[in-house]
Amino acid sequence: MEGDIVQMGAYIGAGLACMGMGGAAIGVGNVAGNFLAGALRNPSAAGGQTATLFIGIAFAEALGIFSFLVALLLMFAV
Amino acid sequence: MAIDTVDPDEFGLVFHPMDQFMVKPLFGAGEVGIFTLTNVTLWMALTVAAIFALLVMGTAGRATIPSRTQSIAELAYDFVRKMVEDVAGKDGLVFFPYIMTLFLFILFANVLGLLPMAFTTTSHIAVTAVLAMMVFLTVTIVGFVRHGAGFLGLFWVTSAPLPLRPVLALIEVISYFVRPVSHSIRLAGNMMAGHAVVKVFAAFAPMIILSTGIGLLVTPLSILAIATIYALELLVAFIQAYVFTILTCVYLKDALHPHH
Repeated sequence: MEGDIVQMGAYIGAGLACMGMGGAAIGVGNVAGNFLAGALRNPSAAGGQTATLFIGIAFAEALGIFSFLVALLLMFAV
Repeated sequence: MAIDTVDPDEFGLVFHPMDQFMVKPLFGAGEVGIFTLTNVTLWMALTVAAIFALLVMGTAGRATIPSRTQSIAELAYDFVRKMVEDVAGKDGLVFFPYIMTLFLFILFANVLGLLPMAFTTTSHIAVTAVLAMMVFLTVTIVGFVRHGAGFLGLFWVTSAPLPLRPVLALIEVISYFVRPVSHSIRLAGNMMAGHAVVKVFAAFAPMIILSTGIGLLVTPLSILAIATIYALELLVAFIQAYVFTILTCVYLKDALHPHH
């Protein structure tokens, strides 16, 4: 095995970037959970707010996707 | 560099889960140039053909009592039109044809990519980045044409206290320019990750051929997992198309009404 320390660092970094998934999971869970809590209190208003729900989820998810982007960059661009 | 250093036999994988995203020329095995016909070209053409079949041929009868195909076409039309009207407002309806095109293209590309042996065009950042850049340019140009320098009011949050506004302006500018990045990577990332997971389980499924010991346990579990994740992917395919278009509507609303 050759000691290519840069490659090793890139792989470790790509693995560490996966932790961003946890953050995105918390964010998406928060949005969906709070939506459900609100929707059960006032079900008649819930239907009109599904678009807002998806926008919120998309924004929360975007930052998790950035960690995926960092992992991709480390794997293929460094 | 990562893919070819992995020895597939080492993991008991029959094929590599990322192999499905390879762009290959349709005819021969030469280099992929700018004008080479590749599997991306083929599946994009199939996507357009499918949309054509649904919208043009499906509604050709113009029946008062619609057939099943015509009902689906009308359903899609109403769905997108209502979304544009709700999110971007009445004056956003001029952009309805563009947004309808975006929605149907992404939806059909996503769903066609789920067919076995298919190629998912939207799993490539090159494809989604073009879609997102077009949205970004459209929104920016529309904003400046409609409001001139007033469009910059989007970055100047008048509802915030004055000392805070320069800081917020900086954050708003950064978030504005990150939009095309997150917009494109969200779609490509979701498609790529989902398909890779399906293929990981698909690669484990023929384990029973390699060993009858652990294969008896792994093979049925993998097949079950493929079915479950496939169902989830069908949902994701729709949701990502929906999210892409609804964010386009949100950006459009910002361009049409930039004042907070």
